[in-house]
Amino acid sequence: MNNLKKIFDADTWDEIFESISKNRTRTIITTIGVFWGIFIYIALAGSATGLENGFDDAFSGLSKNSMGVWVQSTSIPYKGFEEGRRFPFRLSDVDYLKDRVPEIEYISPGLQAGAFSGSPPRVTRGIKSDNFNLFGNFPTQANISVIKIYDGGRYINDEDIKYERKVAVIGEGTQERLFDQDEDPIGQNIIINDVNFKVVGIEKFSEGQGFGSDSDITIPYTTFARMYNRGDRFGFMFLSGYDYVNPKNLEETVLDNLKVLKTVSPDDDRAFGTFNIGSLFESIIKFTSGMIFLSLVVGIATIFAGVIGIGNIMLIAVKERTNELGIRRALGATPGQVKVQIVLESVFLTIIAGIIGIIVGALLLFLINIGTANLEDFPFTNPTVPLAIVFSAFATMVTLGTLIGLIPAERAVSIKPIEALREE
Amino acid sequence: MIKIDKLHKSYEMGSSSLHVLKGIDFNVEAGELVAIMGSSGSGKSTLLNILGMLDNADDGTYDLDEMRIENLDEKTAAEYRNKFLGFIFQSFNLINYKSALENVALPLYYQGLKRKDRQKIALEYLDKVGLKNWSTHHPSELSGGQKQRVAIARALASNPKVLLADEPTGALDSTTSMEVMALIQKINNEGKTILVVTHEHDIAMMCKRVVNLKDGVIVEDKKVKQNIIKNV
Repeated sequence: MNNLKKIFDADTWDEIFESISKNRTRTIITTIGVFWGIFIYIALAGSATGLENGFDDAFSGLSKNSMGVWVQSTSIPYKGFEEGRRFPFRLSDVDYLKDRVPEIEYISPGLQAGAFSGSPPRVTRGIKSDNFNLFGNFPTQANISVIKIYDGGRYINDEDIKYERKVAVIGEGTQERLFDQDEDPIGQNIIINDVNFKVVGIEKFSEGQGFGSDSDITIPYTTFARMYNRGDRFGFMFLSGYDYVNPKNLEETVLDNLKVLKTVSPDDDRAFGTFNIGSLFESIIKFTSGMIFLSLVVGIATIFAGVIGIGNIMLIAVKERTNELGIRRALGATPGQVKVQIVLESVFLTIIAGIIGIIVGALLLFLINIGTANLEDFPFTNPTVPLAIVFSAFATMVTLGTLIGLIPAERAVSIKPIEALREE
Repeated sequence: MIKIDKLHKSYEMGSSSLHVLKGIDFNVEAGELVAIMGSSGSGKSTLLNILGMLDNADDGTYDLDEMRIENLDEKTAAEYRNKFLGFIFQSFNLINYKSALENVALPLYYQGLKRKDRQKIALEYLDKVGLKNWSTHHPSELSGGQKQRVAIARALASNPKVLLADEPTGALDSTTSMEVMALIQKINNEGKTILVVTHEHDIAMMCKRVVNLKDGVIVEDKKVKQNIIKNV
């Protein structure tokens, strides 16, 4: 293929550069379409990724396939029990679930006062006093929720559970309300319901942490159970599945087992309450992947429109240059040479426009990233576009640019040189 | 050099057909300077286009330097035009966005010469037409006469067998017409075969032979006493 060889010929490119650079207006107008297409595409795809990363950050407080389960009251009479029956979880239920549902990685029963039932206890320190939600947790909780403790402190540990120690992990808000600003609460005593507790850690507050707020107090599960006389009964538990587990399926399996254990009708949807972070997260992932898909479709369509614009203007340009192309052919340009020139001009314009579009799009994402860096409530982090997507967009552009260039190229040689020369 | 025999050409004009060339027999020897005259519609431009391989004859034969020109596809025609023919047009047909030098070098580009060689040869021919100092100028910066001289340099650049000039002075005033014709005479005297299509009698008289076309046939073909232009 002689024409193919022409593509790598420096002289061919000289001709093309000349033709492109000497027809500046045409070049600029032509490239705007494709530039805009790829720019929109990069900006959209990057924003979608930024949104995805943003949600990722917002939900970093919880394991992504974790859920909370709590007891409510039955709504369907079953096996001699009336509806409206209430029942507690028992600690043995935890082992039962672990045995029956191997997909569970961690499970952590929880006790609470004030968060959704009971009243928040009075907590006093010196002359300061307030009511705070109180939680009784196992150390496992830290494997399900991402719990961050400020330096110098710690979370509940196994020893605390074993010896029913009177230690407390307090939230940032709790610290503010009970301690002076320059005071270090670690090692200090606070009085919860007339019982002395030692503060061992301060929990860093992070968004999306289930039921938590920044003003909680967490004490060992066993200490809580003793203090409130709960025995082995508890009301809610957190659990998380292994990474491969589908959160929706896990929730169903857990509930099915619990219904058998607690003699609840399989059709009773109200006996247990659930809060499935995994499903929630899944729908957000669906939303963001929808966004990415949308940006792909919109972007490709816009690039397509842009390339068609190039084809359009190349057609006009060919018409405009009929005389020039006629001269070239009179001087010995073969139809193949003319075609290669037109197609390469089209491809070259497409590529240049594409590169500018990618650069400007990336610049915009960069600016957005800087602009939103300090906005806590806006879920937008690190907007990037995968290289594969950039390259595939690029390949699409080049392919379309070539195909669209063929139309004006074909038009250019369909006119006989003699007619072309007559055109003034 | 050129030998045509019983050449016919007609154009379809909707339902009717226009018979433009009605059996042209015509020979040109190497080194001749021939004027092809005729009023508009006589078929002189059509003849030139066929000679220039820009158009095909319906019937008859055409030999260029003992090579039969027939059934050319576009690609071969383009290659032959490039190698064997040089064109000079009434409206110069220079490429506006290229400098004089680049215009002259264009046929050489299509011959596949390297840039350096092209520019060297192009500059030689620009020198020959007296425009060496104008090589970097674009057509818009040149006068009509200068443009036609650049076009002549371009036609010569590929060292063709025959120069075909279609009304080369048609867009020029009489003084510059003289300049251009003087140049054509000079090139002819150096041995180049040249055909000039014109409808101006005095331009025809500057050639060595005049062929008169009327209604698609040659009505007169005579050697003339060349009106040699001096001191322009």
